[in-house]
Amino acid sequence: MASYNTSEFKKGLKVQLDGDPYMMIECNFVKPGKGNALYKCKLKNLLRNTVLERTYKGGDSLEAADITEIKAQYLYRQGDNFVFMDNESYEQFELNAGQVDEAWKYLKEGMECSMVLFNGNPISVTPPNHVVLKIEYCEPAVRGNTATNLTKPVKLETGATVICPAFVDIGDLIKIDTRTDEYLERARE
Amino acid sequence: MNISSADDFLPTATWDMLRLRAQLLRRIREFFDSRGFLEVDTPLLSADVVVDRHLDPFSTLLSDDPARPESGRRLWLQTSPEFAMKRLMAAGGESIYQISHAFRQHESGSRHNPEFTLVEWYRRGDQMADGIDCLSDLAEAALERGPAERIAYRDAFLQHVGCDPHTATAETLRGRAKSAGVAIPASLGPQDRDSWLELLLGELVEPHFQRPTILYDYPASQAALARVRNEQPPVAERFELYMAGIELANGYHELVDAEVLRRRNRENNALRIADGRPPLPEESRLLAAMDAGLPPCTGVALGFDRLVMLAAGADSIQQVLAFPIDRA
Repeated sequence: MASYNTSEFKKGLKVQLDGDPYMMIECNFVKPGKGNALYKCKLKNLLRNTVLERTYKGGDSLEAADITEIKAQYLYRQGDNFVFMDNESYEQFELNAGQVDEAWKYLKEGMECSMVLFNGNPISVTPPNHVVLKIEYCEPAVRGNTATNLTKPVKLETGATVICPAFVDIGDLIKIDTRTDEYLERARE
Repeated sequence: MNISSADDFLPTATWDMLRLRAQLLRRIREFFDSRGFLEVDTPLLSADVVVDRHLDPFSTLLSDDPARPESGRRLWLQTSPEFAMKRLMAAGGESIYQISHAFRQHESGSRHNPEFTLVEWYRRGDQMADGIDCLSDLAEAALERGPAERIAYRDAFLQHVGCDPHTATAETLRGRAKSAGVAIPASLGPQDRDSWLELLLGELVEPHFQRPTILYDYPASQAALARVRNEQPPVAERFELYMAGIELANGYHELVDAEVLRRRNRENNALRIADGRPPLPEESRLLAAMDAGLPPCTGVALGFDRLVMLAAGADSIQQVLAFPIDRA
């Protein structure tokens, strides 16, 4: 199994600890009193989203996690599970609600997402940064008001609620930034 | 850094920061020039290298055949200008300073770049207290935050760790680290006293040094190239300047006894081998200079990039370097 030496430590490194995959989200190099090099790391568990703090000494190493990222198409929802298809191999993957996490808000059938695999099994999915979705329900639009500071909650076709300017209406297509949950603009199909 | 490779040619420091660097360089030169120090300029490449347990130098080859650049005599990029400057002191130097680049493998982080700038100076006849005063004056001149407070290593440990660093056993030190909730590297040797002291220093002591503070009288086992004062217990006449929790400078009342340095070199190489590092050449022209006679003096090295960080309130060294290692 491949491993990373402390001098390869950096943000974004994917490592394995006690069988779980982790991403290094912080790594601070310190050398108190001209002594041992110490690497003060924060590691995010990619299965549980918990964060571990660990300090390593120069020369220590961590096992690399077998993490790959693929493009996968969202097919459909089956009960609490979400079914995706690998765009290249056509292999189908099922993710549960916990693995899909917040991504469910923007998943529309046919949408191309990026999926993270650990030892070949899916562990998380991320929708595109920008998605266009239809408004399923909202309070009636405030006519003639195009200001963006007047807002209201709207329910999307996926069932998620986002905050939009008051001038949008049921049936409108809107573009949303999935990283910030922010409304960007009205869109055409 | 999430900048596409097309932008990699750009500096990571702003022009304002580069102007501040230039201004601080000028201020440092004025400080030393006004005190009668001579600016010197010694080679970055040397046949000699410091033998330190925790320093990994870069090396290159001085090729004697253009067709075989992979063969030749090994030279080292200096980890500090210490050796050359002490040779100058042995050759009659009185007060000398230098602003030069230094190189250390594997040292990358928010306060480290493998290539960095050191301000280093030596003054003949200085005791440790004189060296501490001069360092405090320089920090005051450069940063304008007042003179440095002074605290002995032992007192700092008694105050912030709650044990005597000179007499506490490795078990006691480990117990303090555990009860204080310090994240402990699993590979830290349980009997490796100095490593436990360093861990406690970094985690429990250094963060208290927000105002300029000079820590002095280090454990004798961490003397490096400082002389050891024979009291009970013996202490190394070594001192370090901290500010905002950041180590800024390291000084020694210099070791002048060549035999002691030979012994420390042997011990350090044994530790390097035990740590899985290659040993380094123990003989050097510094030893020859010490055999001939290095005058009593103090020497200090100050990390110039960190000085700029503190002056600017920058939180990473990359903000004060035109081209840090990833863009070098």
